[in-house]
Amino acid sequence: MKYHEIKDLLRQCHGFATLCEEDLDLMAKCGVNAVFREGQLLAQEGHPADLFYLIRNGKVAIETHVPHRGTVTLQSLGTGEVVGWSWLFPPYLWMFDVRALEDTRVISLDGKCLREKCEANHSLGFRLMKTFMGTLVARVHDARLQVLDVYHSPQGG
Amino acid sequence: MSNGHVLTPVATEVLSVRHELRDTATLSLLPPPGGAPFAPGQFSMLYVMGLGEIPISLSGDPAESGLWIHTIRGVGNVSQALVRAIPGDRIGVRGPFGSAWPLDRARGRDVLVVAGGIGLAPLRPLIYRLAAEPEAYGRITVLYGARTPEDILYFHQLQAWKESARFHVRVTVDSGADDWSGNLGPVTHLISPVDFDPASVVVFTCGPEIMMRFVIRLLLGLGVAGERIFLSMERNMKCAVGFCGHCQYGPHFVCKEGPVFGYDQVAHLLAEKER
Amino acid sequence: MNARTIFRFDASRLGDLLDGIAERGYRLLGPVAREGAVVYDELGGADDLPRGWRDHQDPGRYRLERSDRNLFFEFNMGPHGWKKYLLPAEEPLWRALWRGEEMLFEETNVDDGKRAFIGVRACELAALAMLDRVFGEGDFRDDRYLARRANLFIVAVNCTRAGRTCFCTSMDTGPEARSGFDLVLTEVAHGGAHFFQVAAGTTRGDALLDALAFEEASPADRNLAKRLLDEAARSMGRHLNTGGLPERLAGSGEHPHWQRIAARCLACANCTMVCPTCFCNTVVDRPALDGRSAERIRCWDSCFSADFSYLHGGSIRQSTGSRYRQWMTHKLSSWVDQFGASGCVGCGRCIAWCPVGIDITEEAERIGEELS
Repeated sequence: MKYHEIKDLLRQCHGFATLCEEDLDLMAKCGVNAVFREGQLLAQEGHPADLFYLIRNGKVAIETHVPHRGTVTLQSLGTGEVVGWSWLFPPYLWMFDVRALEDTRVISLDGKCLREKCEANHSLGFRLMKTFMGTLVARVHDARLQVLDVYHSPQGG
Repeated sequence: MSNGHVLTPVATEVLSVRHELRDTATLSLLPPPGGAPFAPGQFSMLYVMGLGEIPISLSGDPAESGLWIHTIRGVGNVSQALVRAIPGDRIGVRGPFGSAWPLDRARGRDVLVVAGGIGLAPLRPLIYRLAAEPEAYGRITVLYGARTPEDILYFHQLQAWKESARFHVRVTVDSGADDWSGNLGPVTHLISPVDFDPASVVVFTCGPEIMMRFVIRLLLGLGVAGERIFLSMERNMKCAVGFCGHCQYGPHFVCKEGPVFGYDQVAHLLAEKER
Repeated sequence: MNARTIFRFDASRLGDLLDGIAERGYRLLGPVAREGAVVYDELGGADDLPRGWRDHQDPGRYRLERSDRNLFFEFNMGPHGWKKYLLPAEEPLWRALWRGEEMLFEETNVDDGKRAFIGVRACELAALAMLDRVFGEGDFRDDRYLARRANLFIVAVNCTRAGRTCFCTSMDTGPEARSGFDLVLTEVAHGGAHFFQVAAGTTRGDALLDALAFEEASPADRNLAKRLLDEAARSMGRHLNTGGLPERLAGSGEHPHWQRIAARCLACANCTMVCPTCFCNTVVDRPALDGRSAERIRCWDSCFSADFSYLHGGSIRQSTGSRYRQWMTHKLSSWVDQFGASGCVGCGRCIAWCPVGIDITEEAERIGEELS
């Protein structure tokens, strides 16, 4: 029952729209439900990144700590979004903290298991890579737009 | 237009001033006598004695025709003077000018409004219209991005629309302090095909040009046709009626054919680099 | 062609013609030789015309020189265009003033009266027709322009000599005046004879010619005039290949040649000032010292100035290359989209009056060339 529920949730995720039933099956088998309370960390910078998350409900912040500035939030992610890709690339360590901004329900997926399956089955690997690249590209565009600081008030006038 | 020359303003009174943000205020004015009712997306020219005249989009509810409302961000001499205005002040006004958001195109369809910064002002009359009869449209989504939580324009209005549950409203900021628990990221990050049918949605966007370029490319990638995307452009304007040449944007006069354009009209110009 | 009767009169009677126009209440405006150039100004009569002068023009060069032919209209044109009379270089539009607590706007009247343009060339008629479209045919009309325009009497002069910077045949505007005049003259000097051919283009022109009772031109006279016009058409100093040019320029945004032009261009705005169709203008607000009133002045502006494209925080077109591109693509390309015809009439003024001799025909040709 859990497995079917998870598969349905994965299928509804826009980011996974291109995956076939077989792939979704395989991913669902790597997933379990989890809940994080407001303020709780889903991931911690420098720790092994064996997992990634699909947010079922809630909101999380990608954060880092900058000396003299304290905690800086880089982006928030919400319902239906995928959190984390560090599990895909060496050294498989989280680059940022991920904190629940409110009580958040997620599907936690075993990235380590998935990446081993990708290595063994390149066809699956290619499809998953493509899926995650789509998310990655969107995030890079977002980050670039943020860096441009487009609403900044011009000086003088 | 009224009886005078199209370049001559009409004196009007500032009825009320609402300080929206650190550098932004909303003025309510009596419309010029005999003036045409304005359509969402149009602008007028506001004159301050001795300082000059600037184009400002009409940002009030088109149903309240007895009031012309303008939200102004103080960035230059004239706009700063307008932001400092107090009720009872006299200023000059001409208008309304320019093209309107083609809201008719959206009837019966999903609607997506994407605004950034002060770009929410020219879209507000359109949102009032949507709010007045949401049943005439499919799913309505309003997405708004600001620089920081302190820069969110019409905060309470957005909150009220959100709570009305007649349409989705989502707000995000590019950067926020520790106490900000709302969305953080650019407005593009709020765009999700969960909210609309890419095959039929009609999109209205206004904000910094670079923001609109990101928004439009993302939408095209989701399968939204360019002919259903509308944007509002901004250029230097002196006359507002096509005589002065300042607002030229490729073959267009932003004051006459714009400020609202169909994406297909300006697609080739958005990529053109002015240096 | 004009179905009206063509008359002729001896060159000595040009004064009678101008006097006849003046007697009808028109102030005469036309070419005079002054400070080394032919400029447009008030004319007392035919004696004020730059008789016996002709101009010699090249990229970045304009010289007046004496000619032993002693014709009235042997020159082509100087830096002035007729636009200065219809869209003055500086013009008060209105005055805002405080009366007690109230703000008032007082419009400045247009009272230039009836004016006659003497010696308007075919390319200049095309420029006037273009200004009519800009200010008189859109959703909004400029009453000031139209008031001035309505009070004009126009005497065109056909060009019987083409300058080295002329290319009106490329733009299909000349050298023969086809419409937009009350009278059109062709000056003919042949053998010992020196006469003008004249035809009316309007009933006002007809009435004047009736009063002057000139003799009808003979077929031989008309042949002579036609040969001169044909000769002028053949001797254009410049040529612009307009076929497909608007499309080529519209897609030329990243052409490297813009930067090469920018390296020469001084962004001095001369080309836009002398261009007879450049209409861009700005407004200046001139407050009184006591702060009780302010005058709004409209003045010529140029897309070469930094302020022209100013948008909160800075200029959209920061570089000279981008401004030159705006000017030329507007003139030769987007103008067609806006007003149904090219903004260039082929008068060549921008070539002669460019201090570094940038030649629009040559640059347009280069930009039009395919990238290798």
